[in-house]
Amino acid sequence: MIDLQGYGPRLLQGAWVTIELGLLSLLLSIILGLLTATAKMSRSWIAHRLGTLYTTLIRGVPDLVLMMLLFFGGQIGVNMITDWLYYQFDIDIFININEFVAGVVTIGLIFGAYMGETFRGAFLAVDSGQIEAARAYGMSESLMFRRVRFPQMMRHALPGLSNNWMVLLKTTALVSVIGLTDMVRVAEEATKATHEPFTFLIPVAVIYLLIASVSEWGFARLQKRYNVGFGES
Amino acid sequence: MEQLNAWFTRLLADNEIFTAQTIGYYAHGLANTAQLVLLSLLIGLMLAVPLAIGRSSSRPWVKWPIFLYTYVFRGTPLLIQLYIIYYGVVFVDGIQDTWLWLILEKPFYPALIAFTLNTAAYTTEIFRGAIKATPKGEIEAARAYGMSQAKMLRRIVLPSAFRRALPAYGNEVIFMLHASAIASVVTIMDLTGAARFVYARFYAPFDAFLFVAAIYLCLTFGILYLFRYLEKRLLAHLKPQT
Amino acid sequence: MAETPLPLEVRNLKKRFGDNEVLKGLSLEARQGDVISLIGASGSGKSTFLRCMNLLELPDEGDLIVHGESIRFKQTRRGREPADWKQVERIRAKLSMVFQSFNLWAHMTLLENVIEAPVHVLGKPKKEAVDHARSLLERVGLAERADYYPAQLSGGQQQRGAIARALAMEPEVMLFDEPTSALDPELVGDVLKVMRDLADEGRTMIVVTHEMGFARDVSSQVIYLHQGQVEEAGPPDQVLGNPRSERLKQFLAPKF
Repeated sequence: MIDLQGYGPRLLQGAWVTIELGLLSLLLSIILGLLTATAKMSRSWIAHRLGTLYTTLIRGVPDLVLMMLLFFGGQIGVNMITDWLYYQFDIDIFININEFVAGVVTIGLIFGAYMGETFRGAFLAVDSGQIEAARAYGMSESLMFRRVRFPQMMRHALPGLSNNWMVLLKTTALVSVIGLTDMVRVAEEATKATHEPFTFLIPVAVIYLLIASVSEWGFARLQKRYNVGFGES
Repeated sequence: MEQLNAWFTRLLADNEIFTAQTIGYYAHGLANTAQLVLLSLLIGLMLAVPLAIGRSSSRPWVKWPIFLYTYVFRGTPLLIQLYIIYYGVVFVDGIQDTWLWLILEKPFYPALIAFTLNTAAYTTEIFRGAIKATPKGEIEAARAYGMSQAKMLRRIVLPSAFRRALPAYGNEVIFMLHASAIASVVTIMDLTGAARFVYARFYAPFDAFLFVAAIYLCLTFGILYLFRYLEKRLLAHLKPQT
Repeated sequence: MAETPLPLEVRNLKKRFGDNEVLKGLSLEARQGDVISLIGASGSGKSTFLRCMNLLELPDEGDLIVHGESIRFKQTRRGREPADWKQVERIRAKLSMVFQSFNLWAHMTLLENVIEAPVHVLGKPKKEAVDHARSLLERVGLAERADYYPAQLSGGQQQRGAIARALAMEPEVMLFDEPTSALDPELVGDVLKVMRDLADEGRTMIVVTHEMGFARDVSSQVIYLHQGQVEEAGPPDQVLGNPRSERLKQFLAPKF
């Protein structure tokens, strides 16, 4: 066994932070992605423009820069709003942005843009005859979404979704730079303290590979489920 | 013109952040970013071509080591790879005493190595996919006309695979540009490093980071248009005549 | 008397896919200027037979002799393989194949497709190859399309271009693998016309085809294959005009 020099428990905690952060941002990004896809496909000119602006801006700027902007800028922005509230309305609140929330929001926001593209493509790939059939049988828009459009869209979206998740997982490593104690941060601190670069960083790399492999397996099973009735495609 | 000039001077005079000096930081950062990204892309590309050919080989002892390499480098964060190489170089005993230290002392080179290995792994898989997608009939025709394996690879498979890989490779170039932002983590003064410096000095996150975001955005669009132009020229043959 | 060697001779060719024997000992002799049509239902092995002739499929048994040169084989763990791939490449260059789905190289213009193998396999000077290619494209009626990419051409044009590519090799024998099967009916005529012209000028051709009219009018010999065996063979008036086997009669009977 490798001697982790007492960093073992902290490393595990860090791994948990990575997983939590990853899953929560995934959830947020899926919600944002569905909203964006809907906006981009909507007939409303403004919604369409807003959706496009969001995906273009986010995808044109490095994750780390966005993260720093939102994290360092976020606190100042919130302070400005609370100050204004205080002076104008005498409402005294103080909101402290915590690193974890900042991390989830930033990563969710970034990947919401990518998910938006994935979902849009997937919605467009659903055969329009399927929608027409649902309409012909008197389904309401929301019922149709839940029973026909969404399940069929998922089949097309899953490969992209899986891909986005893999990238998202690796992006979580960046939160260590803004001070969140994920496993990369723990490993880096341990490395600096012990001068043993490989003892901590390589196990962390292996954990990433493990999470990726498990996810890959999980997505393959999901894909199978959503492919029911479509043969081997 | 006079007016514009005066307006610009006033604009700059009114703000404390974007002085000639900070603009200089950003310019310097841009040069560093461009160097890192272009060099790693170039070397990565040269590595990726033979690796992709090997990865498409039917011999398991050629194929599997390359697969392992791409799997590890694509499956772990670039930041970890950077740390392993950066700290690996710094903390491994003995390296400081060799001539290698002259090169590796500066964080630029560990970063360049990490970026190069990373982009080579992604590019290898992009090319492998493109090679695999070569229409079977075209390969058959090459064989039927007496081409050797090597000649077929050089004349038929690779030229058409490169063209097919172009859109995906364009994404990889943009990805590398964005990923290079983490160079600032190991004290390199790249674009993001300059922004962090300006932020720390003036405590002005919006100015510092929005400005650098705008530069990245412009670079991204530049790359996007370059690849769109290349695609138009090199992928013309796939579009039916209208 | 010194015999001139035959352009192509195949002796007792056998081919298995797994347990399934698809070619059960086929032989063929092509003399200079012969046009041999291979006909038969799908699955009869006619395309596999043709593809064995230039070793796109490796036969498990049998000999291939191209212009007097016999292809050498060796036994390996994976089965029988050519002893010398260089020899195979040299021989393939003498047998130009025209494919059902054209298989023009998509990233090259028509002209580039035609000069590719002459320049890079035969080592012909480029200028000479280009001049030759232009005259060949002229012959198949595509002089104006030389700088088009395959995707910009119709199926019939692509196939005529593919025939020009085959001719550019100045082959001993031309192999045609159902050259008109992938074409829209109205485009078949142009391709068949080019093939008739080639036959008239004395080219040695082996043609896998469904076009019975072509087989009847142009062939010097027709071979009817059934389940990997020659069921009937001979001059076209005999095989197509007066078939003896029941199966061939049925095969030739008009279908509704």
